[in-house]
Parts: sequence; structure tokens; C-alpha cells
Amino acid sequence: MAGGPARQYNNRLIRWVEYRMPIFSAVEATIGRDMPTPKNLNYWWSLGSVLFLALIIQIATGIFLAMHYIPNGAMAFDSVEQIMRNVNYGWLLRYVHANGASLFFAAVYLHILRGMYYGSYKAPRELLWIIGVVIFVVMMATAFMGYVLPWGQMSFWAATVITNLFSAIPLVGNGITTWLWGGFAVDSPTLQRFYSLHYLLPFVIFGISLLHVWALHVHGSSNPVGISTRSKQDTIPYHPYYTSKYMSVIGLSFIVLAFLVFYEPNFLSHPDNFKPADPLQTPANIVPEWYFLPFYAILRSIPDKLGGVVMFGASIAILFLLPWLDTSRVRSARFRPTYRYFFWIFVLDVIILGWVGAQHPEGASLLIGRLATAYYFAHFVIILPFVGWFERPRPLPESISKPVLKSGAAVAEAAE
Amino acid sequence: MTKLRGILTAAAVSLILATGANQVSAAEAEALPPAQDWSFNGLFGTFDRAALQRGYKVYKDVCASCHAMKYVAFRNLVDIGFTEGEAKALAEEYEVAGEPDEFGDPTTRKAALSDIFPAPYQNPQAARAANSGALPPDLSLITKAREHGPDYIRALMVGYEDAPADMTMGPGMNYNVYFPGHQVAMPAPLSEGMVEYADGTEASVEQMAEDVTTFLHWAANPELERRHQIGFQVMVYLILLTGLFLIVKQRVWRKLDH
Repeated sequence: MAGGPARQYNNRLIRWVEYRMPIFSAVEATIGRDMPTPKNLNYWWSLGSVLFLALIIQIATGIFLAMHYIPNGAMAFDSVEQIMRNVNYGWLLRYVHANGASLFFAAVYLHILRGMYYGSYKAPRELLWIIGVVIFVVMMATAFMGYVLPWGQMSFWAATVITNLFSAIPLVGNGITTWLWGGFAVDSPTLQRFYSLHYLLPFVIFGISLLHVWALHVHGSSNPVGISTRSKQDTIPYHPYYTSKYMSVIGLSFIVLAFLVFYEPNFLSHPDNFKPADPLQTPANIVPEWYFLPFYAILRSIPDKLGGVVMFGASIAILFLLPWLDTSRVRSARFRPTYRYFFWIFVLDVIILGWVGAQHPEGASLLIGRLATAYYFAHFVIILPFVGWFERPRPLPESISKPVLKSGAAVAEAAE
Repeated sequence: MTKLRGILTAAAVSLILATGANQVSAAEAEALPPAQDWSFNGLFGTFDRAALQRGYKVYKDVCASCHAMKYVAFRNLVDIGFTEGEAKALAEEYEVAGEPDEFGDPTTRKAALSDIFPAPYQNPQAARAANSGALPPDLSLITKAREHGPDYIRALMVGYEDAPADMTMGPGMNYNVYFPGHQVAMPAPLSEGMVEYADGTEASVEQMAEDVTTFLHWAANPELERRHQIGFQVMVYLILLTGLFLIVKQRVWRKLDH
């Protein structure tokens, strides 16, 4: 995409830097001059920008919170209350950080579902998708460790439940758990290492995000029609078209975040986390934050501990294989009448899993959880391959610029 | 259309989460605390100052004999409408541990504005010993630390009844309609006229329960009024800004030939 003669920059400062370190042309070489972008992207493609901003908000608020937080079992809970009461606008920083995590996950789930609906993971974007799943996994680890830091009852017991999962590993399990804890129970050493990693991992996410963006700009964004851009007519410069289009989504995200922060700051948290951690008193129902509920439901729906842990891991790991499990050559669900139907069932299934994750694992909810777990995996290993083989896709348009042709001639061109 | 679906999905998720939480408490058959029309509810909610000061009186005369409140200091009383002099006078009613003297012997001094509310017991063991084994929780965060928050705290205050005939109560336990499991170690804390309000308000159990809950909710959320105030400004700003973004988008995209 680079090519062309060396770009002459108008700004003197940019020229000065460019002569000594050609960073501007290096960026242009990756994203292409003016960042040509398919002209038909809808609002679902704005989530990447929202996510980038969410990461920046988390890092910015987190750095200031870290200046006041004390990662010690005896002082952590108090230090959080100090932030809430005696640090100037500490309550604002903390509520933005806590609710920002929810915004982050809401956006990342919509971003992932966008990729699933429009087949964004298909060739040549498999690696882009895999990098994205890696970011998701690191995000989950970061969020989990962040949730432990306030050292309330839910923090403590979530840490206990999740670290205990490693003890299910045969032979070495207990050794690994002790090693993770830095002792023989969740205690200050655990909290201190979680704090250290919670500070480190966002920067890892930042780094991997740059790889994600780099991989994205090799072949550019996918698009709602799912056919590749063929000519200049199919693209428009990212700026000012998509910058202007996506600013409103960012504005909307901020409105949602601000509403939570200022009016319902604890709507998404649990009352038990306002009780200081007490190793001698187990809460009646240990539940994770809403964004982990579907995976928690999968974990608890397997009657065997090791089996539960394996399925829990598999439910995330299976996302890595998605580009190969989906055998259809047509990217966009717009032209896949059968897949589109199963996509929405899958979304419903994940919502049901989320509901199950918040219940006591017994009776009807346990049964529903098991069925929904079975369906979750069936979606990936049975439905996706078979639908790809047997589905008759609708005719694809010839190009992004041209409307759909009446004849089905373009179907064969699906993938490239 | 797809956008609408997204919104519906989000709504469904939150609905499921909300009803999920309710079902847990319903399973244990506690009465649902009746929702109250609190002065601090809503987008513009503020604390009723008179209720806060009456509530402080209830806390001080009744609750504080068993419950600590370690995150609230006397200086914070200025925020609920006391003057600095009044807050100082309230603080000086208490003796607290001072610095050791020049021989290293412990001293006591009058509490100052910078001191937190003194705890009724030296340590948890002493608290349990004085309360038939039960530990009275710190009240600084109590309305945040219970399902249904202030509604629950108020309901708990007024929810004491005689135990049903078929129920065996543990020794020293009291029956409460709203407490999980119905057996609570705390005896009914409020009785008609036990507090004398400075403003002449009649100290019914109902009234004291409401006042002390308002005070406790302030103690748990001292930033609430400022939060609501900034929140309104931020929301107005963001809504206007987003509106402008939409207009900019229309203008910019008009240049494209569709």
C-alpha cells in the first residue's frame, strides 16, 4: 500500500523529525496514505476506536489510583475508602475505573460479535483475529486481578475460587496453587503480586493492540458486505469520514459510562464487596462480575472439577480455532441465511449462560446451564462446519460500490 | 435495525441480571424491603439536612454504643450542616488516646475534628463478648454493603416482631421480618421517644429509622450530592457534544456521492 514518491510534509517540525527518524512515512507505509477504508462500514465498526479509548481511560485513571492504593491485606480496603473519601475526586477516579471496566467488556463483546456476524476472522485476517483473542484473554486476567484489589469479600473469594481452579491439575495442581498464592492461602503476597500484574498487563494489552492494528492495516478493515475492496472507488479516507462517523459512538459510550459513574456507580458491583475480606466467612453465593458470568456458568455446569476447568479453558480457547471451524467461504452473514439464524441463537445462548452464571448452581438453572454449555460448544464444532458445507449463500455483489446483481454469478468469488 | 437489536440485547441482559439478584433473596423467603422515596434518590437527589442531623443524633445515642464507624471523622459533620464550632463541640464530648507523655506513659485527650468517630469496643473480641458472640458490623458502608441498601436498613429497624410460634429461636436471637434467616443478634434498637430531637420532631420508631438511614447513607456516600451535581453538568455536556458529532458526520458525509 505504500509505494509512490517520498511524501513531502508541509509542517516544518514533522519534516525535521522525518529527516532524522522517518517515523511518519513508516506509519503511512503500514496504514496507507490517508488510510483508505471501505466506504460501507457501519457503526459496528466503531467499536475498535471505543475500545482503544476505553484502554486509555483505564490506564489514565489507574495510574492515579495506584498513587493512593496500598496493596496489603491489612490496608487495601482502608486505602480504597481513603481514595473514595479523602482524595480529591478520588471517588470519580475510582468509579470511572470500576465502571470503565464494564464499558471495556461491553465494547469488546460487541466487537467480537461484530467479527462473528460479518466473518471478519476469515482469510486473510485469521492472525488479526487470533491477536484479538489474545488481547481478550489478557483483558480477562487483568480485570480479574483488578477486581481482587479492593480486598472486599467478593474480591477475596473470587481470588480463592479462581486460583483454586489450578489445584484441579493432576499431580502438580496443589504445588502450582501454592506457588500462585505465594503462601498456603490467598493473602497479602497474593494481593501484592496481583497488584503488580494488574499494573503491568494493561501495557501488555497496549502493545498487543498495536500488533492488532498493524495486522488490521495490512489488508484493511473487513466490511458489512464481506467482499474485498477492489478499486479506489470502494474506499474513502478514514479521516474525516470515519473519524466523524465514530465520534458520535464514542460520545454515546461516554454518556452510558457517565450515567453509571454519576447516578448508579455500584449498579454493576456486588454489595458483599463493601464488606472487608474475611477468610473465615464464605459469602452465600460467590459471583464474578457480569462479564465473566457466561464462562463461570460453563465452569460450574460440569460436575467434575478438572472437567469444569478444562471446559472453561476450552470455551475461550475455541475462539482461536474459529477461522478454521467456520468452513463457509462467504464472510458476511448478510449473504448466509442459515448462519445468520444460528448466530442469533448463539447470542441468546451466551445471554442464557450469563443468567445461569448468576444463579445458585442447582435445580432448573443447573440443567439449563448444562444444555446451554453443550450448545455453546456445539455451535463451534458442529453447527459452524456443517452450515458452511451445506448452506446456499445468497448472491454476492460484484463490488462494494455496485449494488447486488440479480444473478448469482458472483457467489464463487466469495473469499477473495 | 441491528442497532435496535443490540439495545434490546443489552436491556435483556440487565433485566436478567436484576431479576437474578431478586430470585436469590426470594428463595430464602425474606420479605422484600418496601422501597422508600428518599430525598437522595433520583438524578437531583440531595440529603435532607434536618434528617441527616436527626439521624446523627440517633446514631450517636443508639447505634454508636455497639457499632463503630471508622471511615467518618468529626470534621465530616460540617458536610451535614453543623458549623465547625458545633462539630468541634461534638468531638470534645469524647476522650481518645493521645500521644505518650515524656515518660512514655499513655495519655488521653479530647477528640478533635480530625479524629474518626471513636469505636465502642477495643477490639472484635471485646465486641463479641459484649454481644453474645455476634460482631456488630462497622456502619460506615452499611447501606452499600446490603442488598436493597437504604430500603433494607430502614426496614430492618422497623421489622422486629414476635417470632412465629412454630419457629425455634437461638439463645439471645431476635426475630426480624427482613433479616436473612429471620434470626438477628441485634435486639430491636429503636423504641418510641428514646431520642430527644433538638428540632422538636416526634421521635417515632418510623421517624428515627428514616433519619438514621439517611445519615448512614450519607456516611456511605459522602460524595453523593457533588456526584449528582457534576453528573448533571457532564450529561448535558456529553449529550450536546454527541449531537454536534452527529451533525458533523452528516455534513462531512454529504460531500460523498452516494
